[in-house]
Amino acid sequence: MSKSDPNAPKRLALIASKGTLDWAYPPFILASAAGAMGWEVGIFFTFYGLTLLKPQLSAEVTPVGNPAMPMKMPFGSEGFQNFNWPIPQLIMSNVPGFNALATTLMKQTFENKGVASIEELRQTCLDLDVRLIGCQMTMDVFGFKREHFIKECEIGGAATFLEYASEADVQLFI
Amino acid sequence: MDIIKEDLVVDCSGMLCPMPVVKTSKAIKTLEVGQILKMVATDPGAPPDMEAWSRQTGHELLRSMQEAGKFVFFFRRSK
Repeated sequence: MSKSDPNAPKRLALIASKGTLDWAYPPFILASAAGAMGWEVGIFFTFYGLTLLKPQLSAEVTPVGNPAMPMKMPFGSEGFQNFNWPIPQLIMSNVPGFNALATTLMKQTFENKGVASIEELRQTCLDLDVRLIGCQMTMDVFGFKREHFIKECEIGGAATFLEYASEADVQLFI
Repeated sequence: MDIIKEDLVVDCSGMLCPMPVVKTSKAIKTLEVGQILKMVATDPGAPPDMEAWSRQTGHELLRSMQEAGKFVFFFRRSK
């Protein structure tokens, strides 16, 4: 819908460029909130963000690359849960499976606090008719094929996104 | 304070952003224009978010209050 129509809804255009669990949240949260407010929303998934369009999501967090990330336990007393564990980088980067452990802890903490999962938020976006656009160039670079991604998404390139974003009220790169 | 009689209640207790906004938007679509939705939440971010949601969607926020440690909102479906 063109913005020359005064009755057109507001539009949000997002670029999702990161594929880790922590960075998967912002685009899906903003998109579902905007969709719930009656806005038109499109998300362009590029580079590592493209993996968020796979049928099975496997996004993880990596504490090594995120020194500000609080390390919290999702069980025990409130004081125990709120304690920020000072785990040395040397351990985080050398213990096998540390990312998987941190991912499990973060998912459990989020669930305990009442945060929806990425799967739920993505489904919410689909229910709200959010346009999910996968980047063709990223597919070519990493050797992905159309069938590697959910059937609801469309595939496009920079021009596809820019045309959509040019008529958006809010554009964000995440 | 007058008592507002709601047509539907949606309980978003325990949910964090953006689910109260998402659930409210889903619930109000099931009502007729003019009917009233009551929404209950525990997320401290809900009051400013629900006010913004009301301004953006045009569904009138009739009342926003706290009751038994929860946030309670009444919206009238406008269109």
